[in-house]
Amino acid sequence: MFDPSNVIVGLEVGTSKICVVVGEVSGGGAPNLIGVGQCKSRGVRKGEITDVDQVSSDIRDALAEAEEMANVEIRSVWLGVSGGHIGGFNNHGSHQVPSIDREITEEDVEHVMKNAKVANMGADRYPIHVNRHHFTVNGQHGVVNPVGMLGQSLEVDVHITFGNFNRLQNPVRVVKGLPMEVEGIVFNGLASALAVLLPVQKQQGTLVIDMGGGTTDYAVFHEGLVRHTGVLAVGGDHLTNDLAYFFKVPISAAEKLKREHGGVLVGDDVKGRTLTLPSEHGLPEKSVNLEHLRRIMKERVEETFQLIEEELGDRDLMNCVRAGVVICGGSANIPDVLRMAENVFQVPAYKGRTTAMSGTKAALDQPEFATAIGLVRFGAQQGRARKRRAIDDLIPRRVKETIEQLFGRA
Amino acid sequence: MQTELPQSEPAGLQALTTPASAAAGAVKKALTLKVIGVGGAGGNAVSHMARTPIDGVDCVVINTDAAALERCAVAHKLNLGAKLTRGLGAGGDPERGRAAAEEDREHLKALCQGVDVLFVVAGLGGGTGTGASPVLAQLGREAGALVLGMVVLPFDWEGSRRQRQAQLGLHQLKAVADAVICLPNQKLFTLVADKTSVVEGFAVVHDLLAQGVRGVWRLLTRPGLINVDFADVCTVTRDRHSECALATAEAQGEHRVKEVLEKLLKHPLMEGGQTLGEAGTVLVSLAGGPDIAFSDVNGVMEQINRHCENAHIITGAAIEEGHTGRLAVTVLATRRSGKDKAAAATTAVEALLPEPPFVDPSVEHRPPSRYVAPPPVITPDNVDQFMPNAPARMKKRVQKMQQGQLNLEIISKGRFEKSEPTIRRGQDLDVPTYLRRNLVLN
Repeated sequence: MFDPSNVIVGLEVGTSKICVVVGEVSGGGAPNLIGVGQCKSRGVRKGEITDVDQVSSDIRDALAEAEEMANVEIRSVWLGVSGGHIGGFNNHGSHQVPSIDREITEEDVEHVMKNAKVANMGADRYPIHVNRHHFTVNGQHGVVNPVGMLGQSLEVDVHITFGNFNRLQNPVRVVKGLPMEVEGIVFNGLASALAVLLPVQKQQGTLVIDMGGGTTDYAVFHEGLVRHTGVLAVGGDHLTNDLAYFFKVPISAAEKLKREHGGVLVGDDVKGRTLTLPSEHGLPEKSVNLEHLRRIMKERVEETFQLIEEELGDRDLMNCVRAGVVICGGSANIPDVLRMAENVFQVPAYKGRTTAMSGTKAALDQPEFATAIGLVRFGAQQGRARKRRAIDDLIPRRVKETIEQLFGRA
Repeated sequence: MQTELPQSEPAGLQALTTPASAAAGAVKKALTLKVIGVGGAGGNAVSHMARTPIDGVDCVVINTDAAALERCAVAHKLNLGAKLTRGLGAGGDPERGRAAAEEDREHLKALCQGVDVLFVVAGLGGGTGTGASPVLAQLGREAGALVLGMVVLPFDWEGSRRQRQAQLGLHQLKAVADAVICLPNQKLFTLVADKTSVVEGFAVVHDLLAQGVRGVWRLLTRPGLINVDFADVCTVTRDRHSECALATAEAQGEHRVKEVLEKLLKHPLMEGGQTLGEAGTVLVSLAGGPDIAFSDVNGVMEQINRHCENAHIITGAAIEEGHTGRLAVTVLATRRSGKDKAAAATTAVEALLPEPPFVDPSVEHRPPSRYVAPPPVITPDNVDQFMPNAPARMKKRVQKMQQGQLNLEIISKGRFEKSEPTIRRGQDLDVPTYLRRNLVLN
């Protein structure tokens, strides 16, 4: 009764939690969410695995929980990746069509894309995503689909998201060792963007910031295209660590302080107020200045946003984010973080809402789940594309061309 | 020692001379440049330079070793400390080198008279170069010259003692010279092929030093489209008391912009562009033929700008007739330093003290500690305890002494201690932001 090919699973191995979301595709609509599993992550730092055994047992727990809830057997996952080694840059590819009056075919497009992927990246870098921008045909810019046009030179701009090959392999190997198939790897920042952005936001230009536990992933969309991607290996852990360092309290106590009393606005209401930490494990009672707590968090979050803003400014992308900034990830829950983002980026800021799936339960409509839900969405899109390609492949290309020529498309 | 450092005087002189020369007839005053090689290595380098004479640059060699001096093919020579060492050299002891220079103070002063730019070329680590060059540099400054030190540091295999002496000498020289261009011999290896003979290897070092002198000379003397003159060089170097890097690169042909930049960044003193990133002030001088294009200037400056975003950049461009199709770029970069003149004066005093052996000279640039222990009060009674090696004349002025501070602060990165550091724009983001922004929370 159940077609396993319709089940799409997204697995995010995050720094603070490991999250599995199971979606089911029926027809052409958005995937329907049928199961969720999560587990506290204990072997990941800054988005990258530091303890393989710990992580694989955590993933197993999360998968088991999701399988039980969705009542399916999970065989393959779409794996989200992050880490400070990931970055993005724009590249350009060109291809000369042999004669001037020839029609551009799909092979030409494939060829130019292949050229664009050949980037001067260094041997250890691996392209995770190659997102196509517009084509240029004989100097005419902004061509969306050049197939069928006449032209001699075909060019394309792409945005390449790359990562260090070996470090990308680490999570893949862990998942494969479970054993579990990996359908593909997806950059977390793009996955989150897929989950929280509406088509109109992608069109108008939006910056998505996924500020998670160990990393802050970001992606810029404009005119429906991926303009920029990047990772800053700074996240909620850093907030906790800053607090632990300043107040000289254990990490666990700092985490609790951050969650219960955190915020990035130093208003008059916190001036001079102190909190008293109850004594635990025989440690003496400690009082904590609320204003300092807020100020330390403010500096860190502000700096993180400023670094992103600087990077976009360097690439002249700040004009492309007119529609605003969408913040997701656990840090989106910090009080007043949206106001901080508005201050730094000078555009409206929103908290990411996962609109991409039907059946999203209220409990899952949280910015922390954006990545995992986006992974399912990515998987669903790829699935559709694959199916289409499969049909295409049924007819050998030569035959297809002959038929097309017969019908005078040339 | 503080009183002996006329911190404001050279600047004052400069202010006086410039308008005077302008009034003299809008003709640029002919500058006097002097290159003085100190010690064995300095002597060799200067004799090498003197083989291809540069207009308006005087070469002088001074040494304690009369025999080595004899071999130098330079017209103007001075034997230092003839009484002290009897012309037999300083025997690798910087104290003897210094004493010899002090003995011939008057001669050195005469050498520095009327000089606008003084290059002190020396090999550090030995006796004469290490000991005498700070004395010479200081006399030069007192005479009102802009003093640029150009020094070579010993090879790693020359032993830690010589390295330490060299570092100490460098420290002292930095404190008294306006700027020091420093070339570690060890970097030679990156420049020369494996099988290069020793003679050729040294010739490369000499060439680098000569290039430096020639580069500054060109900056100063050649009229430019976008002119860079003595005053600009002063802005970059005067009172910096820091290390600076000088690199020259030349290329020709169609891809000269690209090539020249590549060569520039490969230059051993540029450390792959890192020097530019740390630079506070950068002076760039381009020289090309009459066909130099705007795109050339633009291309070079854009790339250099990209490397040093926060630096103050001074640009010059000059046309040389014989240079058609060629492009030469000279970059003079001084390290960023937050030290003001007073701090520099302190360094000068500090530098004259014997360096305590536990201070690693490579970690001078720690961020200042927030807790600063009060300096111990030094009285004539306890001076032996604090400064056992201080020379007798210093002990008399002991009241003016200041204790050098050990800039130690260990910032824990907490849970990120063992992870790969996240470095963005030269900052370690794992260190709490409020610490890096020096936010006071109290």
